[in-house]
Amino acid sequence: MAKSKSNTSGMKRVLQVRRRRANRSRGGDGFIFTILAAFGVFFAYPLVYAINNAFKPLNEIFLVPPALFVKSPTMNNFADLFILMSRSWVSFSRYIFNTMFITVAGTIGLIVFASMGAYVVSKYPFPGSKKFFNLVVTTLMFTGYVTAIPNYLIVSGLGWVDTYRSVVIPAFAMPMGFFLLKQFIDTIPDTLIEAAKIDGGTEGWIFLKIIMPLIKPAWLTVMIFSIQALWNARASNFIYKEQLKTLPFALGQILGGGIARAGVGAAVTLFVMIVPLAAFMVTQSNVIATMANSGIKE
Amino acid sequence: MSLKNYTAKKKRNLNYLLKSMKEYKTCYLFLAPYAIVFGMFICAPVVVSIFYSITYFKIFEPPKFVGLQNYINLILGDDVFLTAVKNTFIMAAVTGPLGYLASFLFAWFIYELPRYLRAFVTLVFYAPSISGSAFMIWQVIFSSDSYGYINGLLIQLGIVERPILWLSDPNYMMATMLVVILWMSLGAGFLAFVAGLSTVDESLYEAGLVDGVKNRWQELWYITLPSMKGMLMFGAVMAITQSFGVADVTTALAGFPSTDYAVHTVVNHLVDFGSIRFEMGYASAIATLLFLTMILCNKAIQKMLARVGT
Repeated sequence: MAKSKSNTSGMKRVLQVRRRRANRSRGGDGFIFTILAAFGVFFAYPLVYAINNAFKPLNEIFLVPPALFVKSPTMNNFADLFILMSRSWVSFSRYIFNTMFITVAGTIGLIVFASMGAYVVSKYPFPGSKKFFNLVVTTLMFTGYVTAIPNYLIVSGLGWVDTYRSVVIPAFAMPMGFFLLKQFIDTIPDTLIEAAKIDGGTEGWIFLKIIMPLIKPAWLTVMIFSIQALWNARASNFIYKEQLKTLPFALGQILGGGIARAGVGAAVTLFVMIVPLAAFMVTQSNVIATMANSGIKE
Repeated sequence: MSLKNYTAKKKRNLNYLLKSMKEYKTCYLFLAPYAIVFGMFICAPVVVSIFYSITYFKIFEPPKFVGLQNYINLILGDDVFLTAVKNTFIMAAVTGPLGYLASFLFAWFIYELPRYLRAFVTLVFYAPSISGSAFMIWQVIFSSDSYGYINGLLIQLGIVERPILWLSDPNYMMATMLVVILWMSLGAGFLAFVAGLSTVDESLYEAGLVDGVKNRWQELWYITLPSMKGMLMFGAVMAITQSFGVADVTTALAGFPSTDYAVHTVVNHLVDFGSIRFEMGYASAIATLLFLTMILCNKAIQKMLARVGT
């Protein structure tokens, strides 16, 4: 009797979920808002500073103590940047194309290769699958500083120096991407895959039509990491031909001008930041939106 | 057990292995593209550099086998290395757990927000990681003259009389670095948590409600955390990698080498030998030791995470 009573009250609370999420006290909400607001200022500071700096005239950039917000915004820094760009020996659009190509190709390859592998490692106990995953976890922890030399030896052994391949193909192997995707696929119930098999789905079909849509938040997140890494890649170890050099490399040369180019430098910083930032905003709203309609259920 | 019996058993095992490998043929096809690239560009370099750690290798000459000499020199003869180990352990012990906790708590708090706010607030918290070298701003904040934000404020309030050398006085350097590293710690793990929270099955929450979950904290412990164990593991590995791998921040803010090596880290030491002195064998030995430490930490954390939600 008592049990059924508690059940009905429970059901009532479930029905309330639609209006206001259950088990949420107003006090707790207030607490969370306060914490987020307080720390938000602390974390957002640099971004605000970098954006403002790009629009500051020179005298404001060198203001002591520095001001956070710009007083008289100007586009001069960007104008100067474009003048400098047009003077460069290789046309500037070429650097932009190089970096875009590397970023797009590397990211697509990583997502396709890593999610295919992660799917079978997560869902099938084939001989070696556990061992392979442990290997990936282990390599996550090796710092890039020491593997730089062996990496160069391998790339040059393959004859890939001065090609896009030298940056694009190794990007496919990012262990972080494989690891994250595998962890996500683990949360998909096996019964879903079995049901699809009974319906006559082939492995390829299941992977494309069931797994990939369900792990959208995961590959969008991997995409952010990959774009961030590749967009900022200087590739100075592998690429020596001026026509193939990347955008961060070219911008680094502009910044080499030192203090005289502080204004341009601020514009460059914003310019480089904008792409990962935009990618992040687009994918994040997507990651959150998928939640509304994914509902992985058995 | 005769030898004949033993070989027969082995043969049977091998046959079984081959048979099951054949059965999972498609799996190997799926894994092959990634496995090949991974083997070539991630595994091979790691193996090569572990091999270099037992050689004397100065880039321009072929490596010479020296056994464990590099390791012996490191531990017995390199005082700076021991300082670096101490510093790295302090940084990892403080920023690892705190950064991990902060990543999860902030991700979860954001998940508690109304949906239209989430993407924006995520961006605000992820900003330090996405804006590349934005940590340089801390140089202004901690600047050692009275124009630095913090010194200016402290002098105005009459707390100190002379500016504090946050970035070059060994008494304060470590604390300053810890603040900056923590500020940067909402990285890959944080984003994975944000994404992970969004895939927890909503019907589990409803079921929990019926079963008598009383508040959001109980919901967190009994439902949310257990359903995202995979992400928790990912976050932990990322936290270890980040907190043991500190190098750029100390170089950029405290200089290289820092005063009295007060914030010299193991990776700083590694870069010193690997990229400046080109003693690759020695640098590889440092990397291998660092790597082993991280693996041990990872094992310990795996054990702890197994208890979540019980």
